[in-house]
Amino acid sequence: MSVHASDQTLSTPLHGLMAEFETPGQLVAAARKTRLAGFTKFDAYTPYPIHELDEAMDLHDNRVSQCTLVGGLLGCIGGFSLASWVSSVAWPLNIGGRPLISIPMFIPVTFECTILIGGLTAAFSMLIMNGLPAPYHSVFNVDRFVNASRNKFFLCIESEDQKFDRSATEAFLLSLNPEEIAEVAQ
Amino acid sequence: MTTTDQSYATAPQLAETLKRNSTIAAFIGLVFLGLTVSGIFLPGGSLEQFLRSYLIGFWLWFGVGAASLLILMTQFLTGGAWGIIIRRQCEAGAKTLYVMCFGFVPLLVWSKHLYWWTTPAGTADKVIQAKALYLNYPFLVGRTLIYSAFLMGLTWLLTSLSKKEDETKSTAISALLEKYSAPGVLIFFILMTFCSVDFMMTLEPYWYSTIYGFMMIIGWVLTALAIIIANTTILQQEEPLRHGLTSRHYHDLGKLLFAMVMMWAYLNFSQLIITWSGNLPTEIVWYIKRWNGGWGWVAMILLFGHFILPFLLLISQPAKRNPAFIRAVAIYLVVVHAVDVFSLVEPNFTSWQAPKFALSWLDITAPLGFGGLWMALFYRNLPVMPLLPLGAPDLQKALNHGRSH
Repeated sequence: MSVHASDQTLSTPLHGLMAEFETPGQLVAAARKTRLAGFTKFDAYTPYPIHELDEAMDLHDNRVSQCTLVGGLLGCIGGFSLASWVSSVAWPLNIGGRPLISIPMFIPVTFECTILIGGLTAAFSMLIMNGLPAPYHSVFNVDRFVNASRNKFFLCIESEDQKFDRSATEAFLLSLNPEEIAEVAQ
Repeated sequence: MTTTDQSYATAPQLAETLKRNSTIAAFIGLVFLGLTVSGIFLPGGSLEQFLRSYLIGFWLWFGVGAASLLILMTQFLTGGAWGIIIRRQCEAGAKTLYVMCFGFVPLLVWSKHLYWWTTPAGTADKVIQAKALYLNYPFLVGRTLIYSAFLMGLTWLLTSLSKKEDETKSTAISALLEKYSAPGVLIFFILMTFCSVDFMMTLEPYWYSTIYGFMMIIGWVLTALAIIIANTTILQQEEPLRHGLTSRHYHDLGKLLFAMVMMWAYLNFSQLIITWSGNLPTEIVWYIKRWNGGWGWVAMILLFGHFILPFLLLISQPAKRNPAFIRAVAIYLVVVHAVDVFSLVEPNFTSWQAPKFALSWLDITAPLGFGGLWMALFYRNLPVMPLLPLGAPDLQKALNHGRSH
């Protein structure tokens, strides 16, 4: 285990301290310990989704789901209203004696609009709330971080955290038995 | 047996519970089936009414058995933790077909009192005569024999191979199970489509719908999944599933149930929209009889109770992960699906010019009677084998599903 965090100068503004793990299990355990230790501003980086991390990091942010629900409902009402308005007000047509507002025929349009608006809301609200697109992110200042999209698992405690302390946090990360610890320049 | 096998042994209390459940269910089944049969002679009943109610009860629960076989084959083909933990329940459910298939006999024997096309007046009808190549009694009997032989034969083949897999732990047998399941699913869908046509669609012999068979099968799968989920919450109270199950397993089963609720609505709506667009006299009759004269309320119960309500209940993730909640939804879905089968059968016997809602007390006792019988058989079949498939190659992986590494 090599710790090259202390090799660098302390004067550089820090984004945080990053620990590297070999297996997803170690990362999940580390994330849980980090949360229990009282840290709030930390993030985990993995090559593929790990469902256990949600629970380990105690992530309960469901704003995207809420936006999607609102978008879906708007699409649903909008789609049905559009079909009804066109067929009964804008261009009323008698089709085989059916009522102008022919509900079964409007369901596909209503359904498609629900999915379309719901889906677009989900995609864009996710992008906006994640602050994407982000051309620059500090974590890429660590050379080994490219492995986060290959086979390594990373945990970064950010310097904005109230509990963050350069040496104490490093000692804490060391107690989690990482492969490496690195300083992340801002 | 190895020590690992020992640790998956069924807890003695659970074996007792299953035995007791079987006895209670058998008692309920006998009482209500007895009441249904006596309905032939009691006021408000007749042989005709008995057969209609019998068909409702039989179709609902025969379907649960058949769908158990279908889910069993599906889980052999797809793999996955959800399938391994419910495999033994699917096997126990499929084995009820050994008895349920004999339920076709009264329908065939008294066909003239239920299926108009088999009566002399029906066979003399011009439209029926044009369809006589398919709609003739000897062929109907022959087809029923094929359905029953297929269902019972495949159940026997798969359950005995699965038993062998348990004993030998041979992956060659696991591969065989997959190999037989693939054509099994295909033939199942083809044969059960014909079976749905023969015993349900020909109640209205002029009318036809190409999506009908699929609609029936998805209704069966929905009911079977609901029963399996509700029963899983019972099994989970003791070993071996007590420490084997996590909320993640319920989440997966809940997602499947949710998918079936949507599939049911999708298929029913597809049939409605095509009929609505065409508005042809032979096709629209089916909906006129199910919309006017009080039947519209049943349609509304199905729209809201069979789709919108369960859709809203099952859409939330915490709800699907909560065993008590999902059990309540599952039991509710079985009841509401009985209403669906009722609305598939009874309106056929009202006139389309002046439809009139009619509910016989036999329509309630027959599904309860068959339900009791089915559950009794299910609980009798369940303890015969270990509750987890010990020979399944992915058993450990399935049990670790949803746990931190």
